[in-house]
Amino acid sequence: MYEIRIHSRGGQGGVTAARLIAMAAFLDKKHATAAPFYGAERRGAPVVSFVRIDDHTIKIYSQIRSPDLVIVLDASIMDAVDVLQGMKPGGRVLINSPHPVDLPGVEVMTIDLTGIALSVDLVVAGSPILNTPVLGAIAKMGLITHESALTAIRDMFTDERNVKAAEAAYEELTL
Amino acid sequence: MAEIPEDEYLLKCTTACAGCSAALALRYVLKAAGPDTVLVVPACCTSVLQGIYPNTAFAVPVYNIAFAAAAACASGMSEAFASEGKKTNVIVFAGDGGTVDIGIQALSGALERGTNFLYICYDNEAYGNTGMQRSGATPIGARTTTTPGGKTDTKKDIDRIIAAHNIPYQATASAAHPKDLFEKVKTALATPGPSFIHILVPCPPGWRIPSDMPVTVGKMAVKTGMWVLWERKYGELTINGPSRAVMKKRLPLKEYLSLQGRFKGITEKQVNELEQQLGKNLAMLAKEEAGEC
Amino acid sequence: MLTIATGNKAVAAAVKAAKPAVVAAYPITPQTEVVEQIAEYVTAGEMDARYIPVESEHSAMTACIGASITGVRSFTATSSHGLLYMHEMLHWAAGARLPIVMANINRSLGPGWNVWAEHTDAFSQRDTGWLQFFVGDVQEAYDTTLMAFRIAENNDILLPVMVNLDGFVLSHIMQSLETVEPGDYIPPMRLPHRIDPENPAGYGAMTGPNDHFRFRWEIERAMRNSPAVIRDAEEEFFRQFGRKYGPTEEYRCEDAEVLIVALGTLGKEAEVAVDILRDAGIKAGSMRIRWFRPFPDLDIGGRDLVVLDRGYSFGYGGVLSSEIRSKYPGASIYSVVAGLGGQEVTYDDIAGFVRDRRMGEEFWFGVDA
Repeated sequence: MYEIRIHSRGGQGGVTAARLIAMAAFLDKKHATAAPFYGAERRGAPVVSFVRIDDHTIKIYSQIRSPDLVIVLDASIMDAVDVLQGMKPGGRVLINSPHPVDLPGVEVMTIDLTGIALSVDLVVAGSPILNTPVLGAIAKMGLITHESALTAIRDMFTDERNVKAAEAAYEELTL
Repeated sequence: MAEIPEDEYLLKCTTACAGCSAALALRYVLKAAGPDTVLVVPACCTSVLQGIYPNTAFAVPVYNIAFAAAAACASGMSEAFASEGKKTNVIVFAGDGGTVDIGIQALSGALERGTNFLYICYDNEAYGNTGMQRSGATPIGARTTTTPGGKTDTKKDIDRIIAAHNIPYQATASAAHPKDLFEKVKTALATPGPSFIHILVPCPPGWRIPSDMPVTVGKMAVKTGMWVLWERKYGELTINGPSRAVMKKRLPLKEYLSLQGRFKGITEKQVNELEQQLGKNLAMLAKEEAGEC
Repeated sequence: MLTIATGNKAVAAAVKAAKPAVVAAYPITPQTEVVEQIAEYVTAGEMDARYIPVESEHSAMTACIGASITGVRSFTATSSHGLLYMHEMLHWAAGARLPIVMANINRSLGPGWNVWAEHTDAFSQRDTGWLQFFVGDVQEAYDTTLMAFRIAENNDILLPVMVNLDGFVLSHIMQSLETVEPGDYIPPMRLPHRIDPENPAGYGAMTGPNDHFRFRWEIERAMRNSPAVIRDAEEEFFRQFGRKYGPTEEYRCEDAEVLIVALGTLGKEAEVAVDILRDAGIKAGSMRIRWFRPFPDLDIGGRDLVVLDRGYSFGYGGVLSSEIRSKYPGASIYSVVAGLGGQEVTYDDIAGFVRDRRMGEEFWFGVDA
């Protein structure tokens, strides 16, 4: 089983990102679940969402404690939250950041999802949308197929800028 | 004016108290509504006067429902009939407690949603079914079993609360004026959307009057201006029948109060308060009818 | 059609497929998504139902009652305080023998405000005369909602049915979902006592003790008929749609020496615990109870039972463990109270309950050592 924990702020689309990843994995004929952890937090507060992908039925409902992958949609959260908590040995971290980030003992990838969203004008109510571009990065990592990532996005959103941003992220991420 | 049909839908086997004017009112309501009608009744005197299972004194279906629930039940029925293309009248027949107190939330919701139904509040100004406890509709000075010294609070003005919902048709009526009531029920049922009719029903045991007196007392309520007959169609108010004359000249309130044992012991101050409220109500209605407010 | 959906959306999809004439509903967390989705279906013309946006849950249940007695299919959904606000009308719906279907997204009760999973809301409606099911995943939420209409409307039953889903844990998780065309699986509703102005009758007038007593017995008789009807609905569902359900879902129970007994998602998580325990040489099994009313016969056969309770009767005990103890007085039970108010309970925790079980005792997870 592959377990992903997504850290974001309320309103940044972490929950939707989890759902899109699960949908894409499902399209790849895998078993997948996406579960948000709902607290009493509102817009702007740190939130977590979980994705599990497996070849077998997933019966687990409890939260992910040892993720294979941690996604950080907002790097400023790392000041307040230990995003590496419980990381599996050999686990990876994907951080939305224009600059390289150094974290001890884990493989860190960075990608400027915010910049990508802005570059294709994917902005809603003044905020750049991060949940669709991140799918491109996940596809590049090979967790979901490129084709399923785009299908999942198109299933949920009609605005093609979402697909454009995901494509850009796919190109931009270096492994 | 339409002829009042001879058909009876309230049969002679009711278990109502002698002289019950709620039963009298209901008789005319059903004559106006006709057979394609469902009556929704929350806990009230009508829960009892319809008879004991398996008997029923009504020749239309009657659905009994919990105290707070009448308008919501009618809401579901009305939508269900509409979904099947049926034109069946849905009429709530509820007492004052079930309307102005415990049922007001569901009523307000059903009116706001534009439910196609007629809600009738028959008002005997107390919880009659449980033996005359004060309700929000009990007037100042009236003795009930929970206001043995006379009620000190004002009667809730349910009509102006209903008016604030801007429904297509709203009226007051009286069991002592059956033709006026009959016409108003006809008009209400012919008007799409929610309608509300508030009927004053003098209650012999509750008001401590002889069982042959409810019509006399009901007429006196109108003659003194204590009860005003009016209707409001799409926001246009008309004062009806005998109440038109009362607007110019009315009998002293004491002639109404003195007929009833429940007002024995009312203080002068309370009578004055009732007089003032009555005068204010008449003035507001006159202004509204004249288009001045 | 194969898709992916949350528990809430699966319920809404099942309701759409069941084609009710009237849906009356009021929002409450975490149920709201169910009625939002139904409102969307109705607005988009995908569902030919009347949606009544009532002003309270008391009115939601009452409007369903008003609709149902005219002989049409009705549905509502709620949670927690909403369910309790309906309480009076839940008794009414059952007493009036109306086949209303309701989804209850299990949530705790205040104070203080807590929106997460707990079974106290449903447990507190245990004696209302409703059939109650607890489901464990998104697919089962969909399938059971469909089955609920068929069961409720069966003329040997004519009782309302509540389908329970764990708040957030199941209502908001996304899993795969296969939707179906129910077709004649849910026959047209024929309510024998529906209101008909051409055949006027009184409903619910003053009723003396003898008749009242007989009506209560009729409810119980329908409850006693219900296991056969539910089994038939489950078997026919398997025949037509290929998914098998029963009063319990049993996992590795055949040779088990200790059974984990639970309702809802805890019963699914327990299966993972069973695998861990088996790997460690402990012969464990999981028995997830799907029917809560009628309460099913259980094949416990003298084995140790570790009962997980997400609801408690203060001054008495865990509700599920009490139910089992009263049905099987000799049962050896370790009663674990866990998961109240959304408390996190993992498969490792559950495996721990089994390893450290103290038969005959009660354990409050996170409180007791």
